[in-house]
Amino acid sequence: MTLTGKVYKFGHDVDTDAIIPARYLNSADPAELARHCMEDADPSFPEKVQAGDIIVAGKNFGCGSSREHAPIAIKAAGVSCVVAHSFARIFYRNAINIGLPILECAQAAEEIMEGDRLEAELESGRIRNVSSGKEYRATAFPPFMRDIMDKGGLIPYVQSKLE
Amino acid sequence: MGMTISQKILAAHAGREEVQAGELLNCRLDGVLGNDITAPVAISEFRRLRADRVYDPEKVMLVPDHFTPNKDIKSAEQSKIMRDFAREYGIKNYFEIGRMGIEHCLLPEQGLVAPGDLFIGADSHTCTYGALGAFATGVGSTDMAVGMATGEAWFKVPESLKFIYYGEMAPWVSGKDLILQAIGDIGVDGARYMSMEFCGEAIEKLSMDNRFTMANMAIEAGGKNGIIAPDDITRQYVQGRVKRDYTLYASDADAEYARTLEYDVSKMEPLVAFPHLPENTRRVSEAGEVLLDQVVIGSCTNGRLEDLTIAAGLMQGRKVHPELRVIIIPGTSRIYLDALRRGLIEIFVEAGAIVSTPTCGPCLGGHMGILAKGEKALATTNRNFVGRMGSPESEVYLSSPAVAAASAITGRITAPWEI
Repeated sequence: MTLTGKVYKFGHDVDTDAIIPARYLNSADPAELARHCMEDADPSFPEKVQAGDIIVAGKNFGCGSSREHAPIAIKAAGVSCVVAHSFARIFYRNAINIGLPILECAQAAEEIMEGDRLEAELESGRIRNVSSGKEYRATAFPPFMRDIMDKGGLIPYVQSKLE
Repeated sequence: MGMTISQKILAAHAGREEVQAGELLNCRLDGVLGNDITAPVAISEFRRLRADRVYDPEKVMLVPDHFTPNKDIKSAEQSKIMRDFAREYGIKNYFEIGRMGIEHCLLPEQGLVAPGDLFIGADSHTCTYGALGAFATGVGSTDMAVGMATGEAWFKVPESLKFIYYGEMAPWVSGKDLILQAIGDIGVDGARYMSMEFCGEAIEKLSMDNRFTMANMAIEAGGKNGIIAPDDITRQYVQGRVKRDYTLYASDADAEYARTLEYDVSKMEPLVAFPHLPENTRRVSEAGEVLLDQVVIGSCTNGRLEDLTIAAGLMQGRKVHPELRVIIIPGTSRIYLDALRRGLIEIFVEAGAIVSTPTCGPCLGGHMGILAKGEKALATTNRNFVGRMGSPESEVYLSSPAVAAASAITGRITAPWEI
């Protein structure tokens, strides 16, 4: 599957309070969370993000709280993929568990600019910057994590194992 | 090759004699925890699994602590989802307000976590239980749902960082300062995916309340878990609380560490983490003139009896600065009662502070002390991210209870020896 979208770029250590502030966690409704996605990092983000757009960020993306509402908000906002230099551990796990595509690639995270157009292939980890023509290769996932993602997240994966 | 304490606990829960860093294991869980923010999402995922029961009604723990007592209709609905689920599935360890506490103060106090246990919790500060010599780590709601249904979770065996603290603690230095020092040194992602193991003579003498503070903040360096090898202090704490068998693990002498850091605690000073990351630490004597609007003493990091005792010792017979709001939050109903009986609550109220029922409340900007634009707070909590305690244009500084209590009197960030 190839994901295509416009880039919104963020810095290092984007925490889960920036992704979805706790003041909105009295709801778990994805559409409601999406309305406030990234609000404290960029108040105009929920308005301008389009279906398929891609977040590119620095190191330790998603640090802080374990709130699964963070990847849920990003996914519900229409973001097709997050490319980062690195991800905080719990966010990484949560993103895979709910089926939000993520790719780890330091060079891509550094060189890709706000507004660039990207193509990302999850199977191969290939990232192509359509605007600059440059290509990158993200870190490959272990096979069982690929399996979780192929099945659409941890719940369908566990269901398939229970059958 | 030897194994670390973290690796041994994971191995034991995967039925393995030996494991190595990087291996993926499927492990049996001794406990699965959720709160009023994370459990409702987990419950809806659990229902998708169509499981007809939780793996063990005694090992699933549900604590409404974040937005409780419920601050609005939406949060009341979230709590109700959890309460109804607890009744439907016969969850033994569900705690209603008045009999509850902030989850990471409550579970150890109630003897629900034992040394050698493997715990997951849908809350990032689940790593607190490492203070008991358990392996405990934060996960999201989906992992919690699968944990509740199957009693299992997968783990990548982590490498470890070793922090050795030597010497006698300098005056007013606490567990909070030892962990802030470590986070300041390695940064907020310095222990990403790794275990943080705390040891050395200063740790061996450290009280349980201070140990909980240290393990609690491992996540602020990106750590998978924080852990302290159990000893007599641990044994004394769990005696009479933990009602089941448990195992004390220790790292092998030849265990490998990704990195070892050493500290002389006699040369340390209380620290303050400046906005907007816990790694932005400065010595309190180098904090400069920071005028405050609010002080918060509490949270899963520093809401225990020893924390309140230190704060009360500094505030006794003194008054809160007239331009300041001071909020004290005992971590559990038990701590509240102990503080009441010891006269600490009276000291706080006499000084002009308020004392709240146990809640996470202001720590995450939930309720009970939200900051307006431009306001500054000093808190004994764990995170000072942008907007953490309210307005995205407010500021949060982090410190120990001693620095927070001294600052409550002066209205600016103050070293305890100044008052």
